[in-house]
Amino acid sequence: MATLAPHATAPLLDVAGGAAPLPDAPDAFVPSRGFWGQVGHKLLRDPVAMTAACVILAIVAVALLAPWITPMDPYRGSMIRRLKPVGDATYLLGSDELGRDMLSRLMLGGRLSLFIGVTPVILAFVIGSGIGILAGYVGGWLNTVLMRTIDVFFAFPSVLLAIALSGALGAGVFNSIVSLTCVFVPQIARVAESVTTQIRSRDYVDAARLSGASTFTILRVQVLGNVLGPIFVYATSLISVSMILASGLSFLGLGVKPPEPEWGLMLNTLRTAIYVNPLVAALPGLAIFIVSISFNLFSDGLRSAMEVKA
Amino acid sequence: MSRAIAKEPAVAIRGLKVVFGGVVEAVDGVDLTLERGQAVALIGESGSGKSVTLRAIMRLNPERRTRIEGEIRVAGRDVMTLSSRALRALRGREVAMIFQEPLLALDPVYTVGRQITEAIRQHEKIGSEAARRRALQLFERVRIPSPERRLDAYPHEMSGGMRQRAMIALALACRPQVLLADEPTTALDATVQIQILLLLRELQAELGLSTIFVTHDLGAAVEVADRIAVMYAGRIVEEGSARDVVLNPHHPYTIGLLRSRADGALAKGSRLETIPGSPPDLSARPPGCPFAPRCFLAEDRCHVDAPPDVVVATGHRAACWRTEAAHAAFQGDRARLLEAAV
Amino acid sequence: MSTPIGQLTVPPDRDRGGPAQPLLSIDGLVKHFPVKKGLGGRPAVVRAVDGVDFTILKGETLGIVGESGCGKSTTARLIMGLMPHDSGELLFDGELIGGRALPWRDFRAQTQMVFQDSYASLNPRMTVEGSIAFGPRVHGVPKRQAIERARSLLARVGLEPSRFAARYPHELSGGQRQRVNIARALALQPRLVVLDEAVSALDKSVEAQVLNLLMDLKQEFALTYLFISHDLNVVRFLCDRVAVMYLGQVVEIGPADTVLASPAHPYTAALLSSMPSMDPDARTQVAPLAGDPPNPIDPPPGCRFHPRCTLAEEVCKGRVPPLAPVDPVHRVACLARQPGSGHSAAPTLSVAA
Repeated sequence: MATLAPHATAPLLDVAGGAAPLPDAPDAFVPSRGFWGQVGHKLLRDPVAMTAACVILAIVAVALLAPWITPMDPYRGSMIRRLKPVGDATYLLGSDELGRDMLSRLMLGGRLSLFIGVTPVILAFVIGSGIGILAGYVGGWLNTVLMRTIDVFFAFPSVLLAIALSGALGAGVFNSIVSLTCVFVPQIARVAESVTTQIRSRDYVDAARLSGASTFTILRVQVLGNVLGPIFVYATSLISVSMILASGLSFLGLGVKPPEPEWGLMLNTLRTAIYVNPLVAALPGLAIFIVSISFNLFSDGLRSAMEVKA
Repeated sequence: MSRAIAKEPAVAIRGLKVVFGGVVEAVDGVDLTLERGQAVALIGESGSGKSVTLRAIMRLNPERRTRIEGEIRVAGRDVMTLSSRALRALRGREVAMIFQEPLLALDPVYTVGRQITEAIRQHEKIGSEAARRRALQLFERVRIPSPERRLDAYPHEMSGGMRQRAMIALALACRPQVLLADEPTTALDATVQIQILLLLRELQAELGLSTIFVTHDLGAAVEVADRIAVMYAGRIVEEGSARDVVLNPHHPYTIGLLRSRADGALAKGSRLETIPGSPPDLSARPPGCPFAPRCFLAEDRCHVDAPPDVVVATGHRAACWRTEAAHAAFQGDRARLLEAAV
Repeated sequence: MSTPIGQLTVPPDRDRGGPAQPLLSIDGLVKHFPVKKGLGGRPAVVRAVDGVDFTILKGETLGIVGESGCGKSTTARLIMGLMPHDSGELLFDGELIGGRALPWRDFRAQTQMVFQDSYASLNPRMTVEGSIAFGPRVHGVPKRQAIERARSLLARVGLEPSRFAARYPHELSGGQRQRVNIARALALQPRLVVLDEAVSALDKSVEAQVLNLLMDLKQEFALTYLFISHDLNVVRFLCDRVAVMYLGQVVEIGPADTVLASPAHPYTAALLSSMPSMDPDARTQVAPLAGDPPNPIDPPPGCRFHPRCTLAEEVCKGRVPPLAPVDPVHRVACLARQPGSGHSAAPTLSVAA
């Protein structure tokens, strides 16, 4: 092979030359920002998702700061100033059936509404991911037992399930969070299981098994990073459902108890006023709508931002 | 279809440029003529633009994100200016295409027989009985055993080789004159691949088809093609008869491809001659010859000026400043091989 | 070039049985997959691997060739323990794999695999150096040293660490990714590397680069390869010995030069003459085999190749040919090659016997 020709140097070049593939546009490569860096970068350029995120942040901020920034006392009613219309001189967004300031109540109500809307999803995300990832990765009979048990929950419509559980547990903020968590755990677990089953069959998971890593290490290092993203996207899309369900429970008297302001409960108590002052009666519903659609739009944006890759 | 334009080549491509998303120059000035009854193989590695060129003939590249320049004439008609209706008539009726993966090209919810009769009846006014008879003939033609029974099979019920035959039958359903084949044997096992290659060669000869055959496998190209066009980075770097290109190459890239084949190694344990590096970034094309950075013969002007199409013999061209030196290097290889064999 | 890479976790002197002891011996390996055939259909089994035995000698490259469904990839996965086998015995350097003397974890430190799909075999959320360093980290190498080792391996497989170490798999070309996969396989300093169609998805010019790299690495790290491929040219180039598989069984095994130059089994011969000709003046005229490789669900009785075989006779339908030697290093499972088999083409029994 030492027989020489102009190109006989090529083999030597190959090891070293292979070391620096020549025309690979040497300096065109920008150091990667990592996966989440790319997702963030893409998300920042998505006007819809960013608007939705801003709306959510604004509402959260207002809700958190409500006790200090409400224009009036949200609990003090006035029998002579009931059901003032929107745009009233004292009551910017009108007053409710007991003459309390709607704006202040909406601001303060956001706290509870967001709390009992978001908390069950966070809890269900943790529990459901755990169950789903375990079932998906271990497979076999454990998968069968876990997933068939979860299927039982799917036999009931989620609204009915939430009402039944809340009814059984009794009214209250804590109980409605528990019942909503129970509603979402099976849904998230099912998504987690299917994503994990998919990832588990990838060659890189096999390669990790071949390196002698323990199941726990593989789950933590190789699997988790790849499954949590899609599950997280799904979970954010559940926040809107959760908010509506939570409001629904309060509306039915199974959640927050009066006089605590909460959007669903406000919707309930104002329903009698729907013919007197429809706009005011619809305001809590509007708030729920805006928050839930913002969460939905944001989760859509997140999903497409996570489709980066190649 | 009319006799008047029968003298026109089956496919004539002039100065074809395809740009994706405004930046990726997938095809950069391709000239290619397919004479009637001829089989041309377009060979190249992934990203060389061979499939994009093929798809451009049928205008199959996504129209919104693609900018196409140049001229494509099929049987004398300008494909670029066809209305979408005329284009539909062209597809299938005059130009048919077969793909690498028949499972993706065939519809999973209909039997293959139904798909073929539908295709026939879409283009011709013909009864369902007659169409089925034609389908049966086609199945016999592509050598599908027990064709009557197989017509009623769904694509997933057939083996890989049978599916590929069924897709060829579907492509031939409307008696096209031009057959475009995109890596039709790449996914097949060796013993099946050779059967399909022989079938394609036979059909081409018997039906007088004009075929463009895209492949990355030089061997497959030699088996089916009269002429071979070698593509690199969106350009045809060498084109000639199969004999000329394989036995008498004049472009350093073609020579590199021939050298890097594992069957060309002198002896076990010797190293393979490789083309160093990797193909250029098509969105940031260097000036001059796109192959220059990897070329064992490159000199200063290769990095500056794009090489001309050099006609090295009748019907044999190579886009290179140093065709003579390249050819001499190849002859040297040959001599050494012979020496080693003695 | 042979710089010691990071810190050794396994003592370098791992050779137990000496050079004559095969590195891996496989005896009667069987794997069947149950499948359900439609509603109410009787359960069937795919006989993916159906009684495979061969040995891999220390320092050699053994090639396995065959068409899809012949069980070559399943065999690799069984060897690696990625799926349990139904029966059969796997010995690594004389020790039963998974036994007391050689638990799976220790075996895996000595055997690694490179997969065909270079993209699917890298974690898309991990940098290249992270993927390579993962194995050593698992085996207790401190993080800094593991990264150091990853970087020197990257350099060794031809990827400049300063440019490539922090990249993600999608930022590399197919050839570069496969180099990373090779580096990862080497990170644990294995003795045996299983290459499952490792170059099949690459472009020809890139394939040649990777083949050269594999040859260099084998010498430098004293590796033994099990090279699975459907490309006979590549196998001829790289392998010392070759095993030909058909429908879950080895039908011929012997030195690559012998088997691929003068094959004894008609299937090997058919595979060889199925390769496209590179000479425009001598194109293939007749396909050596008709039809597709049959389904391993219901393999034919007797010799599994008999329905497609040009030499088939009545006896082939009834008798399963054993894998018998035609010479000391070359074995073949064909009645036409075995004295006294009753096949008309069989050689007569030699006088000495």
